[in-house]
Amino acid sequence: MPPQPQPPQPPTAGSKVVLTLTVNGEAAEVAFEPHKTLLEVLREDLALTGTKHGCELGECGACAVLVDGKPVLSCLMLALECGGASVTTVEGLARGAQLDPLQDAFADLGAAQCGYCTPGILVTARALLDQHPAPTRPQIEEALAGNLCRCTGYLSIYQAVEQAARKAR
Amino acid sequence: MRAPSFRWHAATSLADAARALAAGGPRALLLGGGTDVVPAIKRRQYVPELLISLRQVAELGRLEPHGASLRIGAGVRLGALAADDRLGVGHTALRRAAGVVASPHIRNVATLGGNLCLDTRCNYYNQSLEWRRAVDYCMKAPAGVALAAPAGGTCWVAPGSPRCWAVSQTDCAPALIALGASVTLVSAEGQRTLPLADLYRDDGMTWLTRRPDELLAWVDVPAAARSTYWKLRRRGSFDFPVLGVAAAVELAGDVVTAARVVLGAVASHPVVVPTESLLGRPLGDDAIAAFAELATRLAKPLDNTDYQLGWRKRVTRAYVVGALRELRGDDPALLGVLARRQAALIPA
Amino acid sequence: MNIIGKPRRRVDGRAKVTGQTRFADDLTLPRMLWCRLLRSHLPHARVDGVDTAAAAAARGVKLVLTGADFPIPYGILPVSQDEHALAQERVRFVGDPVAAVIATSEEAAQAAVQLLAPRYTPLTTISDAHDALATPAPQLHTYAEVGNLHKRVGFEFGDVDASFASAPHVFDDSFFYQGNTHLPIEQHATLAAVDGDGKLTVWSSTQTPHYLHRALAKALAMPAAHIRVIATPNGGGFGGKSDPFHHEIVVAGAALRTGRPVKICLSREEVFYCHRGRHPVDMRLRTATDACGKILAMDLETLLDGGAYGSYGVASTFYTGALQTVTYEIPRYRFRGARAFTNKPPCGPKRGHGTPQPRFAQEVQLDKIAVALGRNPADLRLEQLCKPNSLTANYMRVGTIGLGRCIDAVVEGSRFRERWGKLPRGRGLGIACSSYLCGAGLPIYWNKLPHSGVQLKLDRSGGVTAFCGATEIGQGSDDVLAGLVAEVLGIDPFDIRVVTGDTDLGPVDLGSYSSRVTLMMGNAALEAAGRARELIASAVAAELQLPVARLGFAERRVFDLEEPTRGLSFADAVIAAETRHGTLGTVGSYRPPDSAARYKGGGVGPSPAYSYSAAVIEVEVCPDTGWLDVTQVWIGHDIGRSLNPASVRGQVEGSVYMGLGEALMEESAFRRLPPKRSDALVHKFPSLLEYKSPTTREMPPCTTYLIEDPDPQGPLGAKEVGQGPLLPIMPAVANAVFDAVGVRVDEVPITPEKIVRALEEAARGRPARVGPTGFPDVGWPEPLRVAPPWEGGDGKAANETPRRPRPDKDAKDKQVPR
Ligand SMILES: Cc1cc2nc3c(=O)[nH]c(=O)nc-3n(C[C@H](O)[C@H](O)[C@H](O)COP(=O)(O)OP(=O)(O)OC[C@H]3O[C@@H](n4cnc5c(N)ncnc54)[C@H](O)[C@@H]3O)c2cc1C
Ligand code: FES
Ligand code: FES
Repeated sequence: MPPQPQPPQPPTAGSKVVLTLTVNGEAAEVAFEPHKTLLEVLREDLALTGTKHGCELGECGACAVLVDGKPVLSCLMLALECGGASVTTVEGLARGAQLDPLQDAFADLGAAQCGYCTPGILVTARALLDQHPAPTRPQIEEALAGNLCRCTGYLSIYQAVEQAARKAR
Repeated sequence: MRAPSFRWHAATSLADAARALAAGGPRALLLGGGTDVVPAIKRRQYVPELLISLRQVAELGRLEPHGASLRIGAGVRLGALAADDRLGVGHTALRRAAGVVASPHIRNVATLGGNLCLDTRCNYYNQSLEWRRAVDYCMKAPAGVALAAPAGGTCWVAPGSPRCWAVSQTDCAPALIALGASVTLVSAEGQRTLPLADLYRDDGMTWLTRRPDELLAWVDVPAAARSTYWKLRRRGSFDFPVLGVAAAVELAGDVVTAARVVLGAVASHPVVVPTESLLGRPLGDDAIAAFAELATRLAKPLDNTDYQLGWRKRVTRAYVVGALRELRGDDPALLGVLARRQAALIPA
Repeated sequence: MNIIGKPRRRVDGRAKVTGQTRFADDLTLPRMLWCRLLRSHLPHARVDGVDTAAAAAARGVKLVLTGADFPIPYGILPVSQDEHALAQERVRFVGDPVAAVIATSEEAAQAAVQLLAPRYTPLTTISDAHDALATPAPQLHTYAEVGNLHKRVGFEFGDVDASFASAPHVFDDSFFYQGNTHLPIEQHATLAAVDGDGKLTVWSSTQTPHYLHRALAKALAMPAAHIRVIATPNGGGFGGKSDPFHHEIVVAGAALRTGRPVKICLSREEVFYCHRGRHPVDMRLRTATDACGKILAMDLETLLDGGAYGSYGVASTFYTGALQTVTYEIPRYRFRGARAFTNKPPCGPKRGHGTPQPRFAQEVQLDKIAVALGRNPADLRLEQLCKPNSLTANYMRVGTIGLGRCIDAVVEGSRFRERWGKLPRGRGLGIACSSYLCGAGLPIYWNKLPHSGVQLKLDRSGGVTAFCGATEIGQGSDDVLAGLVAEVLGIDPFDIRVVTGDTDLGPVDLGSYSSRVTLMMGNAALEAAGRARELIASAVAAELQLPVARLGFAERRVFDLEEPTRGLSFADAVIAAETRHGTLGTVGSYRPPDSAARYKGGGVGPSPAYSYSAAVIEVEVCPDTGWLDVTQVWIGHDIGRSLNPASVRGQVEGSVYMGLGEALMEESAFRRLPPKRSDALVHKFPSLLEYKSPTTREMPPCTTYLIEDPDPQGPLGAKEVGQGPLLPIMPAVANAVFDAVGVRVDEVPITPEKIVRALEEAARGRPARVGPTGFPDVGWPEPLRVAPPWEGGDGKAANETPRRPRPDKDAKDKQVPR
């Protein structure tokens, strides 16, 4: 059975762990407190604030990043679990100044309104296109079923994914 | 929302994990994919002293034929499982169940072992420490971290009751039980194998028969000629089941020779419905209706998940009927809007 | 037009897809401290004190604050200054902030919050509006009008009872609309810092930096000129970030006290406690019609469950009655509304502010009228639309109305006439319409100042910077600003640098609420850009020796319209203008026209223009389980003119989405524990998992028709689109459910449980509906009586005690909305 609640230990300051991982193609060595999630390490210790959060409990998808090519929720993943992993965030989508076709399509079609769900959706869509270069509507719906967007009603997002897929071909 | 601090051990082998678990004592917690553990520790439902990560335990990641069964390691991720070619038609119920857990992102991380050991849930319990304080806590998590634990505590679902009524909401357990799976538990002392149904107890507080020093290593899953899993939830993603109906039947001609039907999310454990009444005859409308009546009587939903309990009971009947009709070969299009929704939920 | 009317990339689009947009929680500053709040765990209690010693001594803790540190009340409306940054003598809901810890890390602050020991004496829990009516004491607020009723309002336009007495048909229905919340995906966050010169800067995810600015000045007793508020782009707002919030004032106060930057980011659960969402509303709607269903008179009563504080509640109450008249002709109208205080997070403005609830009642009742009288519901509506350029019974001035065309579009698209009432059992179509404001006619506090200002700076580089206080909350206001200025000056929107949401840098704009920004900021932008264009044109005209009227501005050139190759580049034109006029800067501002409604309370509802929408929705319902799937939506929206169709379409689809969430599943539900065992009243599930926001799996295909009927009040004819298209969705779903299975769910949300219950009622031979069966006795006071325009009225109430105008006093503490 899971351990029952006990009085909390105040965070043990200073006792950081050091981890190496690849972030957006670059090797990164980062020191952080062991209780931190990948989300917190990306945003706070690596200054990659492009990845967002809407719940920190796995319930919205705003924090999605790619770990070894697969979309996962960075708020549920302890950073300690990511040693040696390759992480892709929204900052890693563009090739230099050249936006990913998904980014262009999202900007052009208004698929980002407030833009807060956008980073999580973009990386998720990237993983989809890597696997299915010409996805069907149901495939897009399924791939993005773990990303809540409160602004768009998703329809422009589907169109943007489809447009990016077409352009890439 | 931040996790509390803890000690960390990344197990390197099954034996290492078992050793660490035995040494860790009551405040050690296994970490599979962490998709249930991490939110729970953030909400201070548990405050573990030691987390034992199973990520690097290669033995747990295996998926291979084992005799007539499929042996699936506890560390296999649900997304990969649902997409794995080695799961044939004989494992439809499992493929469907694994494919509708939570959301695609979560399935990329969530493990089968974690799913089978999933804590029971209740919307008085799956709340932050602050929220739980507002109801003066409950039986399942009696103390706030800043307070001394009062003895007992109330189950707010049924305040007069001496027990906790938290609900078993794992999707895969009913499916695997319907397929006749067995599970192997490993500890530093050795290992034991038991029918999966026997892993569960009808108790919201102590929902598993697993000893604290045991870890779930693998399940052996026989194939069934026809099986299915119907999940009820408000949204087609994210949501836990508020009802799961798993069914497997063997037919000789059109006569039922074996049948297993399991209900999820209607009690503190997966509920196995006795299927004698189905055996030895065809799956006729009357037989199905009578059986659905029986199953509905066994479903005991309470007011601690989404949806009103009376309605969940009503849908139990509709789902059992629908699942059995699907298994006897009815065209899903004739099963109505709910079934179509089910069909739509099957990943391509 | 070169830019306006063509779908194009928003000016902030690139930043949003690269992760470069800096939301409030993305900001950090050197030496920054973190704040966490202790919130009440009791729904209603007297605060006897907070023991802070242990927390103050905890590791990393720099400061602990309690109510004593923030004695000055504030609130969004001048009439409801009932909030404090931290609780004073009373807590009024689970989640009410009580104390704050500021520490070197969020972890340390959170750990120390656990060490705070508040002492409370519990008070009676009041769980909903009915409970509030039955429990006048203890009062949540002594300023309440009576008992725990915050406010009661009432108007009568013409002799409604006389119309009812002689009408061929009277329809009398009761409805309940459950509360729900905005649920922006961004959790509220605020960072405050003391600048080098000792002034305060506050970055916050707020929709209303100007009102936050005022609240900070008041609550911190500090000159407003020493405070700078920067509204960071909001990760969604929908009305949920338009109040000044506790945490904003607390971190500002903490920064002033510690001299260090202080940040807070709320947890999702805390966002539910900020709330200010949709009020739960009980309604009784009586309508008298002629033999064909034409409305003769309408009588509406509403009872709002306001939660624990005022917020925008007085305005919300007025809004449950004010806009019933601007869609269909209603010759006589009576409205009475009341708002109750209860021990729950305060309700306020959510997309559609106060109007979705009565809209639901009206549109569902119209459907019932159509069925009862054997009419097609689309025709019944088309026959009695308000006339363009008319005054309504309650003196709202209606401009253009594209609603007829909206109805035609969705009726044709869905083949409503051919299919309504004729689909097989289990499938159905429903229609509903709506209208909404393009900005409120009055500001929130009494003044005659502009509602929006735009300032342009042009310099010899050819660069144009547009400054405005308006706030980008995702709706695309930065792009509207750049698009309009670019259109007038003949340059590209991306040539313009937009500086918005900053109270130091831009002129005041009242904020992103009540769908006011496009119209008001847009008009101000056109004025400023027009003035800049004049300056440039006069200089270029002199240089080219041409009359000004012959100059065109397009494609980054200023040229001779008759000989287009003759001209200057835009940059050279600006140089010419700067040479001739000196440093270039222009301003524009906007204030809405005065209202025709001159009765007290007539300040809520008037708007420069009204947008219109119509929707048809198709559903499939399982007659056995009540399961409800929305399979297709057709929506027409009268946008006046669409400035950037990509954005407009997005707003329509987003509104449809949010409307479907409300219609089907979203619910601010609370749990009252058994009163014998506990006083607890908790939000049932303050989480993104259990508060059900539709996923990709729930969003049906949606066909959008943009109807353009330019309104002279709007910038280039544009009207609003952010809120209106949400309104017809909920009633259209309810009407479609009736078409599918013949039962009425007179409640929102429309869940399978309710459909099953209604089917069961029908099977037992009882009325085939679920919903309230009556309306409580509120004890209405005498309504204000105002004769409608066609009965010789002049917009004033006959029985109103005249009020001497006292501008200074009014500005301080009298209510506007009046
Ligand atoms: C938003 C959200 C929605 C969800 N929806 C669903 C849903 O629809 N259906 C569903 O079934 N689940 C759902 N879940 C819960 C969870 O994601 C899944 O059950 C998942 O499969 C758990 O696996 P895990 O590996 O992440 O488990 P973990 O979180 O790692 O562990 C869960 C429990 O199992 C124990 N455990 C893990 N591995 C072992 C092992 N090998 N031996 C013994 N004990 C072990 C852990 O100690 C812990 O007590 C949801 C979770 C979230 C956050
Ligand atoms: S922040 Fe990770 S899922 Fe919401
Ligand atoms: S664009 Fe705002 S949440 Fe998706």
